[in-house]
Amino acid sequence: MQVPATFAYERADSVPHALELLERYGPEARVVAGGHSLIPMMKLRLAQPEALIDINGLAAELGRIAVEGDELAIGAMVRHAELLESATATGLFPIFQDAERVIADPIVRNRGTVGGSLCQGDPSEDLSAVFAALRATAVVQGPGGTRTVPIRRFHQGPYETAVAPNELLIELRVPVVPGAGSAYEKVERRVGDWPVAAAGAVLRVEGGVIAQAGIGLTAVGAGHFCAPEAEAHLVGRPPGEEAFARAGRIAAEHCEPHADQRGPADYKRHLAAELTRRALAGAAGRI
Amino acid sequence: MRITVTVNGQPHTRDVEPRLLLVHFLRDELGLTGTHWGCDTSNCGVCTVHLDGVPVKSCTVLAVMADGHEVTTVEGLERDGELDVVQRGFVECHGLQCGFCTPGMLLTARWLLDRRPDPDEAEIREAISGQLCRCTGYENIVRSIRWAAEAQS
Repeated sequence: MQVPATFAYERADSVPHALELLERYGPEARVVAGGHSLIPMMKLRLAQPEALIDINGLAAELGRIAVEGDELAIGAMVRHAELLESATATGLFPIFQDAERVIADPIVRNRGTVGGSLCQGDPSEDLSAVFAALRATAVVQGPGGTRTVPIRRFHQGPYETAVAPNELLIELRVPVVPGAGSAYEKVERRVGDWPVAAAGAVLRVEGGVIAQAGIGLTAVGAGHFCAPEAEAHLVGRPPGEEAFARAGRIAAEHCEPHADQRGPADYKRHLAAELTRRALAGAAGRI
Repeated sequence: MRITVTVNGQPHTRDVEPRLLLVHFLRDELGLTGTHWGCDTSNCGVCTVHLDGVPVKSCTVLAVMADGHEVTTVEGLERDGELDVVQRGFVECHGLQCGFCTPGMLLTARWLLDRRPDPDEAEIREAISGQLCRCTGYENIVRSIRWAAEAQS
């Protein structure tokens, strides 16, 4: 029987209340949303927070998906199932549908949240690659107000993010790029598993050449879940199999995958190249 | 911590430790052992219950998170002595062998049919993809849910 160590439990009823609780309990407190990463880690005693601040009561306040100006806002408390079913989000960016369909399973997706996934900072997390490809911005609130963090600076290492112990991730903002295509490709050992490797791509073409390219990679040791060298290779070139294959190889060269129970490093590097190629082709097909 | 959880329509108040998981609250505090306890890692889905009408894996939800909320377990599917149509489907189509996964399967099936009254086989398989049948009896589980969909239409 797996039982977490003891902890104090507090329920936040607003963002300011959550921040006040974080201030009161200090750096050994953890925010819990869906809990589907944190609670298993607590049961295994890999995490032993002194206090849990439950923000499920903020589901309405932080649970919206809406286009505001030229950005798509996705609240931190949006559940995976809600993102998957959001016509607004998946209509603009089919990459969300591709990725969410293969994150865990429908029951887990009912509970797990977008913000929780990102703040957990797992180096194999899917949405981290998706938001990196989309060049999203994270909105973080602390005692001094809100600040924004480019998603490519949000993750600072395994299980480490730019969110300070007294701050809360509020929402993600994704620039809406008219005429862009997007896609996500993942290889997993079995349905619902974490990826062996996965890649996301966003492309915009102008005058026959690629005007903008975003590539996100997860589980393969890509710095900040992105592949800037491969993106730079693509911009200015005509979209096509040759450019996509080359970009995939460049992305793979810059990864640092580790061998583990999901596969050897060279296999993951192969997947990084191949899945990047497929995601780019998929994104191009949706322009 | 004192919590009140409405389970199958009945409010229950208990003093619990914050670390108590919902599955153990249901089984050990309330004696509702229809909710099974399996992998303990949110993989197998035997502990699935409805929290405010939505299926969740109760091994990964704290009981204190259900304070003030409504939980439905397999014991709550039956109404006035009548089995729910998904339960009847599992009887009609031999949807269970050892029965360990059955409570979770039934609650997911009920939720699926509430949202999609006429699911095809692919939709049914997708809906139960977070639940493991140790007997690998998926064919009959899918048939049982299809039977229920047709029976309630």
